[in-house]
Amino acid sequence: MAFFSTNEFKSGLKIMLDGEPCNILENEYVKPGKGQAFNRVKIRKLISGKVLEKTFRSGESVEGADVLDTDLAYLYTDGEFYHFMNNDTFEQIAADQKAVGDNVKWLVENDMCTITLWNGTPITVTPPNFVELEITETDPGLKGDTAGTGGKPATLSTGAVVRVPLFIQTGEVIKVDTRSGEYVSRAQK
Amino acid sequence: MSKPLWQPTASLQALQARANLYQQIRQFFASRNVLEVDTPTLSHGTVTDVHLDAFSCEFKYSSTGKTETLYLQTSPEFALKRLLATYKTCVYQLGKAYRHEGHGRWHNPEFTMLEWYRIGFDHHQLMQEVSELLQLALDVSETEMLSYQQAFLKHLALDPLTATTAEVATVFNRCNIDLSDGYPIDHDGMLQLLFSYEIEPNIGQQVPCFIYGYPASQASLAQLNKQDPRTADRFEVYFKGAELANGFHELQSAPEQRRRFEHDNRLRETFRLPEKPIDEHFLAALDAGLPACSGVALGVDRILMLKLGAQHIEDVIAFPVNRA
Repeated sequence: MAFFSTNEFKSGLKIMLDGEPCNILENEYVKPGKGQAFNRVKIRKLISGKVLEKTFRSGESVEGADVLDTDLAYLYTDGEFYHFMNNDTFEQIAADQKAVGDNVKWLVENDMCTITLWNGTPITVTPPNFVELEITETDPGLKGDTAGTGGKPATLSTGAVVRVPLFIQTGEVIKVDTRSGEYVSRAQK
Repeated sequence: MSKPLWQPTASLQALQARANLYQQIRQFFASRNVLEVDTPTLSHGTVTDVHLDAFSCEFKYSSTGKTETLYLQTSPEFALKRLLATYKTCVYQLGKAYRHEGHGRWHNPEFTMLEWYRIGFDHHQLMQEVSELLQLALDVSETEMLSYQQAFLKHLALDPLTATTAEVATVFNRCNIDLSDGYPIDHDGMLQLLFSYEIEPNIGQQVPCFIYGYPASQASLAQLNKQDPRTADRFEVYFKGAELANGFHELQSAPEQRRRFEHDNRLRETFRLPEKPIDEHFLAALDAGLPACSGVALGVDRILMLKLGAQHIEDVIAFPVNRA
């Protein structure tokens, strides 16, 4: 496995920390006038998602993490695993529930998701920024109401609950921003 | 950074600002009768500081017939003090210094340093003069002064001069500074990190802040304070997150200086760093008699960054190391 010196630190570099693959978000080299040089590094742990700040002695080497992002289409779940396929090679990969986490509510068949592989195993599944889902249940809106009065909760086909404007009805397909979990618009037909 | 690598990273405006700043500095010292000198950046001697590393190279054409190691100077300090010991006149140098270390927002391994010495000044008088130069160069109307002890008491309720290592460690642990496994830490190391993380962001935000009276263990080439020998007559200047200057009421004693160099070398051993040759020319100059004086070194590129509101040192250097 490759080792990286702190001199090679930059955002996007994947390193191992406490046995967990991490992504470097920010790196600052600090050298007090008469003191030891150090690197102040902001890191995201890729499995737990935790963001932390770590101080490295400048010149120290750390193990790199064999982490790879790959875009795969979501196929189906068998109840235990979530199956994805590479549309070019037709190779299939199964991610467990831990890797999918809360994002399970944004998985739409045939949508391209980013699967982060660590040593070949999926550790996170990132859905597209926008997905289109059908509303399975929402209270009927009040007549004559237009957009923007706080809205109402709507349950989507995947079980996700988002706030929608009052005029949106059960059975409609809406576009949702998966990063914020917010309603964007009615789906374009 | 999308510019082709042959092109400079500094704008023409930044180059002009640099030229203007040099002119301002030269006028400042001309009017005060401080002599501009030019000393070697390539030298047989170098520093023993544990946390300073000099570039070195081989000189194959020495008249001694032997291949010699020459060092690029980390500051002109030793050469300037040799001039002071000989001519007893105030001197300054505006030129390049080199440090074999990483580069980043505030760092380039080759940089421009202004260093000067004032005979008969103690460090407080020199701080006053540095303040006047900064007010001129940075267009600020005042500066503030805070002792190292006051800074720690104010921001961490910790007395850095009396606290035991255990007490320093307690505060250190409370601050959640998360060190990597490969980070060796000692008493002064913790104080330095606490200063960087907890104090620096809170000082010198509006006007430049002078910190003086460092612990004797961080004296470097400064005298110990006559009233309070727990502290050294050393100061630094901080402004908007940058460390701008480091100054000393200079140590004059050759035997004490030799002891500190040898202590550095022993410390280097514990950090598994190579021992550095002691600069005997410099010690001989101290032995001959360095006039009582104070001296300071100032990072000119950082002054320019602050003057121009630049976010990165690359913005004020024509060709930073990756393009040099």
